[in-house]
Amino acid sequence: MSQSEYAVYVENLSRCFGSFKAVSDVSFKVKSGEIFGFLGANGAGKTTTIRMLCGLLMPSSGNAVIAGYNVFTDAEKIKHNIGYMAQRFSLYEDLTVKENIEFYGGVYGLSRKQIKIKTEELLDYLKLWDHADKLTLSLPLGWKQRIALSTALLHDPGIIFLDEPTSGVDPESRRNFWTLIYQLSGKGKTIFVTTHYMDEAGFCNRLSIMKDGKIIELDQPKVLKRKYNANSMQKVFMSVIKGKKT
Amino acid sequence: MNKILYSIVIKEFKHIFRDSQTLVIVLLMPLVMLFLFGYAITLEMRNIDIAVIDYSKTPQSRRFIENILATDFFKVKHTDISLNRVEQLFFERKAICAAVIPGDFAKNLYKNKRANIQLIIDASDPNAANYIKNYFNQISMMYNSEINLQFGRLFSVEPRIFYNPDLKSDYFFVPGLIAVIVLLISALLTSIAIVREKETGSIEQILVSPVKPVQIIIGKVIPYTVLAFAISVSILLFGYFWFNVPLEGSILLLLGSLILYIVTGLSLGLIVSTVTDSQQVAMMATLLLTILPTIMLSGFIFPVKSMPTVFQYVSLIIPATHFLEIIRGIMLKGNTFFDLKIQLGYLAAISILLIALSVKKFSTKLE
Repeated sequence: MSQSEYAVYVENLSRCFGSFKAVSDVSFKVKSGEIFGFLGANGAGKTTTIRMLCGLLMPSSGNAVIAGYNVFTDAEKIKHNIGYMAQRFSLYEDLTVKENIEFYGGVYGLSRKQIKIKTEELLDYLKLWDHADKLTLSLPLGWKQRIALSTALLHDPGIIFLDEPTSGVDPESRRNFWTLIYQLSGKGKTIFVTTHYMDEAGFCNRLSIMKDGKIIELDQPKVLKRKYNANSMQKVFMSVIKGKKT
Repeated sequence: MNKILYSIVIKEFKHIFRDSQTLVIVLLMPLVMLFLFGYAITLEMRNIDIAVIDYSKTPQSRRFIENILATDFFKVKHTDISLNRVEQLFFERKAICAAVIPGDFAKNLYKNKRANIQLIIDASDPNAANYIKNYFNQISMMYNSEINLQFGRLFSVEPRIFYNPDLKSDYFFVPGLIAVIVLLISALLTSIAIVREKETGSIEQILVSPVKPVQIIIGKVIPYTVLAFAISVSILLFGYFWFNVPLEGSILLLLGSLILYIVTGLSLGLIVSTVTDSQQVAMMATLLLTILPTIMLSGFIFPVKSMPTVFQYVSLIIPATHFLEIIRGIMLKGNTFFDLKIQLGYLAAISILLIALSVKKFSTKLE
């Protein structure tokens, strides 16, 4: 397969902040429709990597091709093809659910009619009709995250980047959230997700584990479990991080 | 392109109206500032404390003292004190000048046709000292012509004062204050606008979208122009009705140049917000950038022409310098567009430069 046939193609990607190398020589490929997990402790370089792929940060060196477009030369085209959900809830808290959806629809150049249809679709889907005119400030975090994900999908992107989408969310909401992710993957969307939760890591098709800016393990969850002779991802993760191999 | 801009403008309006607390502050603060400063800043002097030492104690000397009392410029605080108390009064700030009428005042007045009165002035404020000297001279001149009718003056200067015949310093300061307040408010409004999105993190979501910097910038300038314009008109009305500052020229020209000036202020705020990361820093930087140069170097109080040459050049890049000439020109002199085209040109050039700079500075990347 050539570079442009992968949803995400990354080769020797690095990013330095001054003398600190946040991400060093990272390489991986993600196929269309895959749920690709990114694991690692805080400060391992997950967010920096995801930001480079979304065009929020310029890589220091290396190469990355997203949806067939190069991050260095075609950053603007990439923006139309990706959805991104930041670590922090970044919708406007002083706007209502509906207004947030309308705003982001407008920003992605959707027509008024399209926005109307999409809004109704989303509110149906999220079962949020009763709360459509409430400020997002007043909603529980689990809902906020689902709204944020939905707005990131307004322009129907093929690839979705989720940076710790479920941190701080209660278990039930997390489960709902992952149901959503599975549905999206079923529709052929590529999901790129970073997480802290080991049980969630098990839901991914493939998984990479980062430490100190490097990817030190990358495979399917069940292969990793076998390799480290562990019955849970938690044990796999601890073994990998400590550098023990059995 | 226009759709995106429209969405941003609508969103900014919602931010403005939803934050009612800030909105009230932003609307009321300028009025309060104009009200307070309009009274506090004045060059007119009144109620100067004067000590009068009358050694003569004659009808002539008393008549002279009555002439002093008749004005509201001087307030006679101390009489019948000894001469060596004067310095102590100056020290204690109980008087800043003292008139000494010598014992032979009346006698000299009629016998020698020449009498002297001594005026002692505390000149730690030289400007005030000068005023006092001149005013006192006028009083004595009047007294001279009163008691000496056949002593006609050979010629006199009859001043004819244009544009501000009553020499009211309100007329000078209120338009100036409007210039200061409008710049401050407009710059503050936008300086916070982008930094707030950086603080809440919503900027990330915007930056991954296909929005261009120029759309974000213009999308923020438009709503805040409307808001700042409403504020400016309210303080203009306040100046007109409360301080009775005249409006000799065209109101349309005034409003038009006001919009241009607002855009200059807003773009100044934008520059600040593109380079700062927290609302506090943005606010401090804006205050520093607007208030200080505007008050010191724009001709708000001190005439630009009497500054050192270097500062005269510096004053050219301060928006208020040009707007002061425009607003005073229109309100007091009735200047027309053609009289002010240079100043308007400067303002337009400064705004275009600032907006271009902030679009260029506004990075679509995080750091």
